[in-house]
Amino acid sequence: MIAVVYVTGGILSVAVLLALYRAVRGPSILDRVLALDVVLAVIGAGLVLNMVLGRHLDNLVLLVAISLIGFIGSVTVARFVTDRK
Amino acid sequence: MINDVIVSILLIGGALMSLAAGIGLVRFPDLLSRMHAATKPQVLGLLLFLLALAVETGSWALVPLLVLCWIFQLLTSPVSAHMVGRAGYRTRHLRRDLLTLDELDDVVARAAATDPGRADRAGETRPEAGDGPT
Repeated sequence: MIAVVYVTGGILSVAVLLALYRAVRGPSILDRVLALDVVLAVIGAGLVLNMVLGRHLDNLVLLVAISLIGFIGSVTVARFVTDRK
Repeated sequence: MINDVIVSILLIGGALMSLAAGIGLVRFPDLLSRMHAATKPQVLGLLLFLLALAVETGSWALVPLLVLCWIFQLLTSPVSAHMVGRAGYRTRHLRRDLLTLDELDDVVARAAATDPGRADRAGETRPEAGDGPT
């Protein structure tokens, strides 16, 4: 079981590194918002992984808070993107 | 024992969803196709991880809480994806040569035709403008 948790954590780390690469490189701000949304999803996955490993439920509130932050953040940024021409 | 196997499969499946999103974000050519990749861990990956948590704890009392958590994500992620996609369409952050069909373009053109004063900013026309009662 511990080995599975390590493998899962490794895959999640690779995923978050790829998403951060796109957040740094991204040609537009919308690409960055999208990449940071994926980073938030991976953070939520890590919280659930922590709950599975420790067999507790302390992080469920954090999970809802993270999805709320991702929602408000991307909607706000997308609302104020303008064409610079 | 069988629970551990199920939990392992669900955890690795959910992590592979995140990996698919990361690879898709790096390799896909434009904003709309990257949006397609980015929704995988938000909905399906979260579902697999929450199922793993439910199987691991093995209590039915937990299920409504997890369903609530997932439904919340399911309600918010299409709205934010819609906003991002609309902003990307208006600021032309998409590659036209990769599109096979653009239904919104016809609506924008029709709205610009019925209201010539707004033709110069046709790209910013609200997509709902052509559908309303005239």
